[in-house]
Amino acid sequence: MDIQSCVEVRNEWDIVSARQLGRNMAKELGFGNVDQARITTAISELARNIYLYAGRGKICIEPIDQLGRKGLRIVALDNGPGIREIRKVMEDGYTTSGGLGAGLPGVKRLMDEFSIESTVDVGTEISATKWLR
Amino acid sequence: MTAKDALTERYQDLLSVYLKAKTETTLYKGQQFSRKLLEQQISPEDLVSLHIQVMDELFPDMSEEMRDSFDFLLEAMIGYGFAYREHQSLRDKQQQLESEIEVAASMQQTLLLSDVPDFDELDIGVVSVPAKKMNGDYYNFVKSGSSLSVAVADIIGKGIPAALCMSMIKYAMDSLPEEQMKPHLLLENLNRVVEQNVHSNMFITMFHGVYEPESHKFFYAGAGHEPGFIYNAKEDRFHDLIAKGLVLGVSRTTTYHPYERVIEIGDMVILLSDGVTECRTSKGFIEREEIVSLIRKYMDLPAQQIVQNVFQELDRLQGFELRDDFTLIILKRMV
Repeated sequence: MDIQSCVEVRNEWDIVSARQLGRNMAKELGFGNVDQARITTAISELARNIYLYAGRGKICIEPIDQLGRKGLRIVALDNGPGIREIRKVMEDGYTTSGGLGAGLPGVKRLMDEFSIESTVDVGTEISATKWLR
Repeated sequence: MTAKDALTERYQDLLSVYLKAKTETTLYKGQQFSRKLLEQQISPEDLVSLHIQVMDELFPDMSEEMRDSFDFLLEAMIGYGFAYREHQSLRDKQQQLESEIEVAASMQQTLLLSDVPDFDELDIGVVSVPAKKMNGDYYNFVKSGSSLSVAVADIIGKGIPAALCMSMIKYAMDSLPEEQMKPHLLLENLNRVVEQNVHSNMFITMFHGVYEPESHKFFYAGAGHEPGFIYNAKEDRFHDLIAKGLVLGVSRTTTYHPYERVIEIGDMVILLSDGVTECRTSKGFIEREEIVSLIRKYMDLPAQQIVQNVFQELDRLQGFELRDDFTLIILKRMV
């Protein structure tokens, strides 16, 4: 399956579009209401990070099917400043936006799989997957 | 039936009973149910989802607005779920840290453990209790030849940094040559080690003494350490055991003054850390005279029982909450 859809993130309204895209796909794939809410929240967080720290980037949502195991993957891409200390941002309590338990560690906990790659002055790519149970 | 199905069923039962009768009993059961939810790490949004599911079954004709409002509630609960999961992960981390500290503390205990030696002439009593898990006080006895040396040290600071520093002191002392057991020289040596190796915001106070049974003399020197006491049996009086000197680690060139004093039969040398004199009661800091009168109260007992009784009384006076590491040593000349 290769039906990736993306939303450009440049302003706060684009966060809503990204959420909508994710929710539609999550619903279609058969995720329950709690998981839908978790997936859209993860999208919100990732999109907000792009909007706040990179200025612009995109959120792509794709359905995945690995040997019959179905799921949904969120990919957040930007060409922003990159993250100097990934280990730090993945620590609980380290947040620049004052969120309660939110931020990247929060996203990681909401989803089943999480990976992050970032190069300073080049950009960041975060990918997070939720499997359908 | 999965755990989740069981929870759903239980919740449905409780809710339908409550909706029919609205009794306090059912509410109480609801409260107990929430404890079970927490035990099973059910997050807030899961509970809302459970509620929606049950309401759907109980009221298939629920109005669409009501149904939609639940979805909205679910979304609004997500933030609490975030916070809840962070709390769990921080709690796990805290437990991990605590068990690491536990291991470090027991390692420190083994490292710093100093056996109280058998020494024919002296009856020796020691109590050393950390305020937190790790002890920033240090005491050490070494028998060398016929004489006995005793050291008490206190790191200004508490907890892990103090404990790490203490371990260094122990090894520095162990590696000093034995002929340098003269207290003031030993302090000068240690002072150089501390000055070189310990961060300048950390200070160590220390008292070091050597008892020579041939001359019955007690040689001693101090580096800013809380003065102990000498009990003079002939006069039946306690005197301060003053040994002036700068705390360790301030300046590389500090020198220490040698003191000596003859110890007669029945006399006692009492060494302590400032955790003893800084015991705080509701009336404020305890006075040195109060410590003296506590020692006097028990002074006919063996040395170990004196220090233990004094510790117990001071501990009780402070409501069993030590504010600082507590070390008290008594040497009593018997023959």
